[in-house]
Amino acid sequence: MVVKLRVWLTVCAFSSVALVSGNAALAAKDSGGSKPAKSAQGKQVESNPRGQVLALSCTSCHGTDGKSVGIIPSFNTRSSAYIEAALKGFKSGERYSTVMGRHAKGYSDDELRLIANYFGKTSNNK
Amino acid sequence: MSHTLSRRDFNKLLLSGVAASAFGILGSSNTAFASSKRVVVVGGGFGGAAAAKYLRKLDPSISVTLIEPKAIFYTCPFSNWVLGGLKTMEDIAQTYSALKNKYKVNVIADSAVAIDAVRGTVKLKGGQVIGFDRLIVSPGIDFKWDTIPGYSESVASAKMPHAYQAGPQTVLLHNQLLAMKNGGRVFICPPANPFRCPPGPYERASLIAGYLKAKKPLSKIIILDPKEKFSKQGLFKKGWERLYPGMIEWRSGSTGGKLVKVDAATMSLTTEFGVENADVINIIPPQKAGKIAFDAGLTDATGWCPINPISFESTIHPGVHVIGDASIAGAMPKSGFAASSQGKVAAAAIVRLFQGKVPAAPSLVNTCYSLIGPGYGISVAGVYKLTVEGIVEIPEAGGLTPINADDDQLREEANFARGWYSNIVQDTWG
Ligand SMILES: Cc1cc2nc3c(=O)[nH]c(=O)nc-3n(C[C@H](O)[C@H](O)[C@H](O)COP(=O)(O)OP(=O)(O)OC[C@H]3O[C@@H](n4cnc5c(N)ncnc54)[C@H](O)[C@@H]3O)c2cc1C
Repeated sequence: MVVKLRVWLTVCAFSSVALVSGNAALAAKDSGGSKPAKSAQGKQVESNPRGQVLALSCTSCHGTDGKSVGIIPSFNTRSSAYIEAALKGFKSGERYSTVMGRHAKGYSDDELRLIANYFGKTSNNK
Repeated sequence: MSHTLSRRDFNKLLLSGVAASAFGILGSSNTAFASSKRVVVVGGGFGGAAAAKYLRKLDPSISVTLIEPKAIFYTCPFSNWVLGGLKTMEDIAQTYSALKNKYKVNVIADSAVAIDAVRGTVKLKGGQVIGFDRLIVSPGIDFKWDTIPGYSESVASAKMPHAYQAGPQTVLLHNQLLAMKNGGRVFICPPANPFRCPPGPYERASLIAGYLKAKKPLSKIIILDPKEKFSKQGLFKKGWERLYPGMIEWRSGSTGGKLVKVDAATMSLTTEFGVENADVINIIPPQKAGKIAFDAGLTDATGWCPINPISFESTIHPGVHVIGDASIAGAMPKSGFAASSQGKVAAAAIVRLFQGKVPAAPSLVNTCYSLIGPGYGISVAGVYKLTVEGIVEIPEAGGLTPINADDDQLREEANFARGWYSNIVQDTWG
């Protein structure tokens, strides 16, 4: 059983390298501007997968889709530009915060833009 | 500074073999662009409930079954507030109705007793066998009952509650505090690292002190700690001096904090420095991954589950993802915030794997708020990136509430702690 798994893992390691070399999902710059695609079911598929996976962390404090039910600010009605500027302001310290500065410093400007694009009110990605 | 995983790093991560199982989809019977997309989630706590909700939210074509024996889940977060009299058990009760009705998760009130990772089946206590294309396991913690002489599961359930899984244990400890005389001695005994919610025991001491100061001011709290330092130590100690002077005594491992044995009949504890008589004893025993993780062979020698940090897929059993306290998530603490964040990352990864695509490199985040008093909050935050070494904290980000924070800031953090609770339970169960 264990041996079988090991062989199997090795096979997967090789096949996955080929897969990665043809895939842009990991590079923030590549995935930022890609066009929305339609799935087989005709549904909108997320076009900003990296923005999505980064953005999902935010909702633990700010609520699902950025719609807060408590005292923490919502951003579900904000534009991407507003959110991006706010995040960069937290990161530089220009904008006062208790905890947001501590978070925003963990991201590159490109990553903050991907997050803002994911949440912005005109985004179809949520 | 940037925590984007470079193509080169990512390839290294893959080749290390650690990450390889993320792409198990290519080598398994679950082919790319899977026509069958069944995910079973074991455990409806912070990790499992978030994963179940987000799988359905991100891809409604995935069918999701959640196995959780409890109809009501009492959250550990805010259970210390219950002990301090600031919240009731009703305030920390979560149910599965939104997951069932709004997100159409098939919630089964039962426990998983066996997992066949090769065949892709989970067996339930009630006898039912459920097939899956991918499985998420989030069983939380179990306790190592046999590490302290005189202590056992039955001692914990009758006399020395751990209150580290919220529910009847929280009620028992709360009732003991309510019944205690003015001038009583409360002992809190945290374990060595790693354990669930590193600031938990110290927030607990703070909020119990708040109750005792108001109602039983002659009482004392003594923390017997095997460690030499603890989470947010400077902030806690400063808060204790300001709000509860002389009431909380913390003894480190080298100054008598190590437990040698306990005696439930006489309600006494023996440390390397002598015997202590107590009125209330809260032992938080050492921990390991929840039982089903052991039964399914998902754990390693540490007693926790090794995973690939891109997708939280087990490095032992491809197709099975382990999230939350049970997983070995590098620098991330075992917290509800972390578990929920990992649940969402695993959900997003599974959506992509079913599409035959590589998951996007996640970032992981944690914020742990602790209350020292009703208007006195502190926090520790962290942002984590993936490297070939696994999940590491980004040094430029995160950190603590400043030690010189003024009262307005401490009050704001206490308010944000409440705001965080409202949103995380909504984001996870609502
Ligand atoms: C006192 C205290 C205070 C805390 N405060 C905070 C805080 O302020 N912030 C924070 O972020 N974290 C906090 N935590 C930590 C947090 O509670 C945990 O980290 C979190 O619950 C972990 O989530 P999980 O999904 O791994 O496990 P859990 O939330 O424990 O969920 C596990 C679930 O799995 C179920 N289960 C187990 N085995 C099976 C099986 N075989 N079949 C089916 N179901 C099964 C259990 O019934 C349970 O419902 C605190 C913890 C404590 C003890």
